[in-house]
Amino acid sequence: MAIVGVVASGNLEVLVERMLADDECQVEIKTAAVGFGELWNAVVADFVERYAPGGLKFSVNDGGARPDTVSLRLAQAVRLMQEAG
Amino acid sequence: MTDWQRHRKAFDALIEAGSKLAKGKFVEVHDATRLMETVIRPGDRVCLEGDNQKQADTLCGALLAIDTGKVNNLHMVQSGVVLAEHLDLFDRGVAKKLDYAYSGPQSARIAQMLFGGKIELGAVHTYLELFARYFIDLTPHVALIAAVSADRDGNLYTGPNTEDTPTVVEATAFKNGIVIAQVNEIVDKLPRVDIPTDRVHFIVKAEKPFFVEPLFTRDPAAITEGQILTAMLAIKGIYAPYGVRRLNHGIGFSTAAIELLLPTFGEKLGLKGKIASHFALNPHPALIPAIESGWVEQIHSFGSEVGMDDYIRARSDIYFTGSDGSLRSNRAFCQVAGLYACDMFIGSTLQIDLQGNSSTVTTSRIAGFGGAPNMGADARGRRHPSAPWLQAGRESDPTASARLRRGRKLVVQIGETFGDKNVPLFVERLDALELAEKLNLDLAPVMIYGDDVTHIVTEEGIANLLQCRDANEREQAIRGVAGYTEVGRGRDKNMVQRLRERGVIRRPEDLGIDPLDADRSMLAAHSIKDLVRWSGGLYAPPSKFRNW
Repeated sequence: MAIVGVVASGNLEVLVERMLADDECQVEIKTAAVGFGELWNAVVADFVERYAPGGLKFSVNDGGARPDTVSLRLAQAVRLMQEAG
Repeated sequence: MTDWQRHRKAFDALIEAGSKLAKGKFVEVHDATRLMETVIRPGDRVCLEGDNQKQADTLCGALLAIDTGKVNNLHMVQSGVVLAEHLDLFDRGVAKKLDYAYSGPQSARIAQMLFGGKIELGAVHTYLELFARYFIDLTPHVALIAAVSADRDGNLYTGPNTEDTPTVVEATAFKNGIVIAQVNEIVDKLPRVDIPTDRVHFIVKAEKPFFVEPLFTRDPAAITEGQILTAMLAIKGIYAPYGVRRLNHGIGFSTAAIELLLPTFGEKLGLKGKIASHFALNPHPALIPAIESGWVEQIHSFGSEVGMDDYIRARSDIYFTGSDGSLRSNRAFCQVAGLYACDMFIGSTLQIDLQGNSSTVTTSRIAGFGGAPNMGADARGRRHPSAPWLQAGRESDPTASARLRRGRKLVVQIGETFGDKNVPLFVERLDALELAEKLNLDLAPVMIYGDDVTHIVTEEGIANLLQCRDANEREQAIRGVAGYTEVGRGRDKNMVQRLRERGVIRRPEDLGIDPLDADRSMLAAHSIKDLVRWSGGLYAPPSKFRNW
């Protein structure tokens, strides 16, 4: 498992664990911001398409981050998992 | 018979009356208000020197205290409306009409006063445009200016922040206008003469030095990964392929990131000597590492920057300095330099619409334009060729005859798709339009017109608008770098893909940039303290930027 980012205003923390079947991916989002479901769906769909992160479970603790910051942290989490082997 | 000397006679009478309050040209600060009641007439055009940085604040205070039974309804023609007192003049009825260029810190209040009818607005100008009008139809009757020191003969030394002073004085003093200067001190011998005494009519020694704001200091510690990524894209995707050597940078964090990436990322790409060597730019502290690493050949400045004096003095090969060694800035000349002699402007904005028009106006704030429109516009009078200018012209009109084709200035808008408080950079409709409707303005305050913009850079990629062949392509190119904003999500995915295949849109991976490499460790300096270290201790940052 790996953790990137911090729970701070405009930022977010992503915990990633390899615990699923290879053709499964789960992204769990905790956020106080209401009404951005569509945006989260778009960000997560693009992320999954681009990085094919099968087998990984992501737990996101959001501090009101911008969508581009969310994409970046998710990508960083994948890279950390790859580096960890 | 026509009297062709009426203005001169009126001037002579005002000088004579004012001189009764003066010893020679020198007036005590407690008599400054009386002097103004004597030499300023109701309805006069007054330039109260409010520059981007330097403020004639003592004279402003004296004008504010004036008896409005004697002097009222003034028409203020000043580039910067920066101090609260500048607007108090309108609240008190001292002034009525306003022509200006920039109102940064007063942008919210100026909007309220315009809506409330407290200010009769002439127009919001660019600096160069307002200066031009000083010589045609907005010539000041009275100029209230700021200088560092005067000698006993009345010559003035403006110090590094010369800024607008020579232009204001030129327009006023040579057209029967009266020039009143506030100075910090009166000395026997000036370091150098910036304004000769015969252009100065009255001098007031202020009780405290004039106010100067450090507007161009960006703390490297506050630069984000997103800004670093946009900066990397700009360097590799625009500076490098066009070979941009002569340029102007805006004041945002993305351009500060570019300055701090030149000696690291730029060096790795082998770009030293090939890009970013000649600037129209204030003395940005963030450029110190690039200067120290030998990237920069020369810089001409609009104004100075607090804390940079000793560094500039020690680097006179780079900056323009006087016989005394200190910086000589000049806003008018530097604006002209940015307009005609630079091949690129790159800066940030608050809103970009689907045509590429950009604006820093929101419904509750009117920040004005400052210099960006001059830097960020094609100079139609330009006739000298340069490689980047010709290349941009070729991309814009590939089939035209080469020797009859105009070049194009590169005008780059750089920013993250979401700004402060998650406000989207891209909008369907500029707030400036709503404002223009509410205030019944003929023109919406557009900072850079879409037809002047050549590139838009965001964390999602670069849109090259030069290569768009119609309005639809242009719109999709803009949507294609607008990220997860509503404008971005409204893109035609197939068309954006085709634009990408043609190189109109380029993603980080198309440029061989991994967004995960956009890391703060890439910056040549990570803090203000690092900048001090790079400068060999010559840069003395103002206290609000010191955290050690």
